Amino acid sequence: MDLNTAWFLLIGVLLTGYAILDGFDLGVGVLHLFARDDRQRRIHLQAIGPVWDGNEVWLITGSGAMFAAFPLVYARVFSGFYLAFMLLLAALIFRAVSIEFRGQVDDARWRRFWDWAFGLGSLVPALLYGVAIGNVVRGLPVEADGTLNVSFLALLNPYSLLVGVFSLVMFVMHGAAYLAARTDGELQQRMARWTTGAWTAFVALYLAVTAATFFAAPYFFDGILGNPLLWILAVVLLGSIAYVPIAVNAKTFTRAFLASAGAIASLVGLFGLSLYPRMVPSSIDPANSLTIYNASSTPRTLTVMLVVALIGMPLVIAYTAYVYRVFMGTLKSTTEGY
Amino acid sequence: MELDALFLSRLQFALTIGFHFLFPPLTIGLAWLLVLTEWLGWRRGDEDYVRAGVFFGKILGLTFAMGVATGIVMEFQFGTNWAEYSVFVGDVFGSLLAVEAIFAFFLESTFLGLYLFGRDKVSKAVHWFSILMVAVGATLSAFWIIVANSWQQTPAGFVVQNGRAELADFWAAVFNPSTIPRFSHTMSATIIAGAFLMAGISAYLLLKDKETAVARKTLKIGLIVGLIASVAAMFPTGHHHAQQVARTQPEKLAAMEGLIHGQRAAPLTLIGIPSEEPPELNYAIGVPGLLSWMAFGDGDAHVDGIEDLRRQGHPTPPFAITFISFHLMVGLGSLFIALTALGVLLLATKRIDNSRLFLKLLICSIPLPLAACQLGWIVAEVGRQPWVVYRLLKTSDAFSQNVAAGEILFSIIMFGTIYLMLGVLYLFILVKKIKQGPQPLVTKEI
Repeated sequence: MDLNTAWFLLIGVLLTGYAILDGFDLGVGVLHLFARDDRQRRIHLQAIGPVWDGNEVWLITGSGAMFAAFPLVYARVFSGFYLAFMLLLAALIFRAVSIEFRGQVDDARWRRFWDWAFGLGSLVPALLYGVAIGNVVRGLPVEADGTLNVSFLALLNPYSLLVGVFSLVMFVMHGAAYLAARTDGELQQRMARWTTGAWTAFVALYLAVTAATFFAAPYFFDGILGNPLLWILAVVLLGSIAYVPIAVNAKTFTRAFLASAGAIASLVGLFGLSLYPRMVPSSIDPANSLTIYNASSTPRTLTVMLVVALIGMPLVIAYTAYVYRVFMGTLKSTTEGY
Repeated sequence: MELDALFLSRLQFALTIGFHFLFPPLTIGLAWLLVLTEWLGWRRGDEDYVRAGVFFGKILGLTFAMGVATGIVMEFQFGTNWAEYSVFVGDVFGSLLAVEAIFAFFLESTFLGLYLFGRDKVSKAVHWFSILMVAVGATLSAFWIIVANSWQQTPAGFVVQNGRAELADFWAAVFNPSTIPRFSHTMSATIIAGAFLMAGISAYLLLKDKETAVARKTLKIGLIVGLIASVAAMFPTGHHHAQQVARTQPEKLAAMEGLIHGQRAAPLTLIGIPSEEPPELNYAIGVPGLLSWMAFGDGDAHVDGIEDLRRQGHPTPPFAITFISFHLMVGLGSLFIALTALGVLLLATKRIDNSRLFLKLLICSIPLPLAACQLGWIVAEVGRQPWVVYRLLKTSDAFSQNVAAGEILFSIIMFGTIYLMLGVLYLFILVKKIKQGPQPLVTKEI
């Protein structure tokens, strides 16, 4: 495996980590909009309170790693998607502060405002991530000099919106499974129903997205059908998806959550496998596409950063796992905090 | 100035980084003060320190959340608004930012959750370790971001090749000539910011006769640590930094010191009124020879002025704003030494409780270190203009060509509105928390 491929893989790992970890935060945030009462809302916030911030760092690191390893992709895509990124940032700002602000003032209107900010601040990113992936799959108007400029409205094409709704539903399923694993009683039953409901929509949308991709981006299937990795990932994906409702029925919600995480990881894997070695396919001319070779940093930087990542990330994973172990347990609503 | 994409991108960067930079100095400084406070609470078994830890910990959490919310913008903004810059420097600068994320952001964020929510869930040793890791993570974050910015000031360890700066020597890029002077100076500034916050809040509690046992202890910590850091900000770190600027960025030195014409035995200007084009300094009062001596250790050394550098073909930064910001910062720095020295004197002679005027002064001084940080940042960044990477890439060549001015105007209005609201709410909640004061210890059931 060459250095560029290693970095493609590493960024895939960072984005997978983000999708699994912050994915449940986003899902909890969307579910927050549908909570029955204040007690449930407090549990939602307690469930992610100590960990969401660390989870978001996976996105920041993914973005930083993109800057370091594939600066051309970082520069061209971020500036080309200008307004979409601004919208994403606004949503993430609101989500961050609403978690902190909500419990500070004992007033129903104050709480309602921050509940909406938290919910929408989670829903918008959950949707936008899918929209962004949809647009990358369709291909973007990358010019011969590597630049691209897409108006915000052009990003909201039917195919990409379909992928956006798919990612939203996926995060809701994931967040519901997480909450079911962390709660008891009525809220747990409610979250079990949400997991199953979201799962049904997830399966339907998965089929729809796959079918639509055949029309929107037929090249996406070229040359990978013979790749054994594809079939391994497909088996993991199908197994994980099939296991979610089984685990919910057996009331083993932690397993349902892990299965949902497995589904997310294998989906990101499949996306990366089809994309490879492209990073941003060009819809104007395939030769204009930004790839892991023409958009990358120098071998020296890739080597240095690989060393940094191989030292740093195991440490991160170790202490993150420790902190999760401290906080994971069944939540009962208390009046303290949030 | 017209509202073109370049101007708007600069305005947006100044606005977003300026607002963001209000919070990290507070969290870094406060985190280290809490390392000390929590240590005393744990090792001495003194409940006052533990309650102080809980109280200031909540303020840390609130401030940290603001830093996170506004900081995420920074990680994206190089790509969205400064695409040409990102393409040019990605190989070097991008990797420095990524190191920050991997070694610092995870550490501080993950352990902050443990510190704030884990007090009753882990042992006292682990809990103390968690605030230590927050402080270490925040400091590493400061280190790597200053490394990245210092590389823009005094680039090293690279070659320009294939139309971009490519990494040649990682450690030379990391420890470029300005990294250590700027890191040590900035760190002392963050400690001052945290110390003034702690001292000011403690002064408020004393004045209101609330939880005075706790407040006296935190006031003592704030004043003593504040004095040490205030002295350190001036000497050795500030002095060291200025000497480095003199050697490596003569344009910035000339502008910040107000030296128009190069001379031997150059004076250190204490005050003066600058005007821009042609650069002039009127009503200046200075100490002859002192600038030469401070910059080069020789009272007779020649120091280049703005006009000399222009004649040599080097563009110089906006003069007035650099000069004024620098002198205000130095003035504030001197005030910090005076205030904290007086405070320590009052502590030592046990007169602090009755010095109501001094306590009021401390409350009013809470925002001053943040003002000094902003001014220092302006000196650093405006003083580097017109370059975004010193003598390598101009700011006017660095912005995203493919983003329309209207789009940037929209995002400026969006960030401006959100930040205004967040700033007001932050102050509102901060004041509310301070008024509540330290609470009795309760064992939480979760």
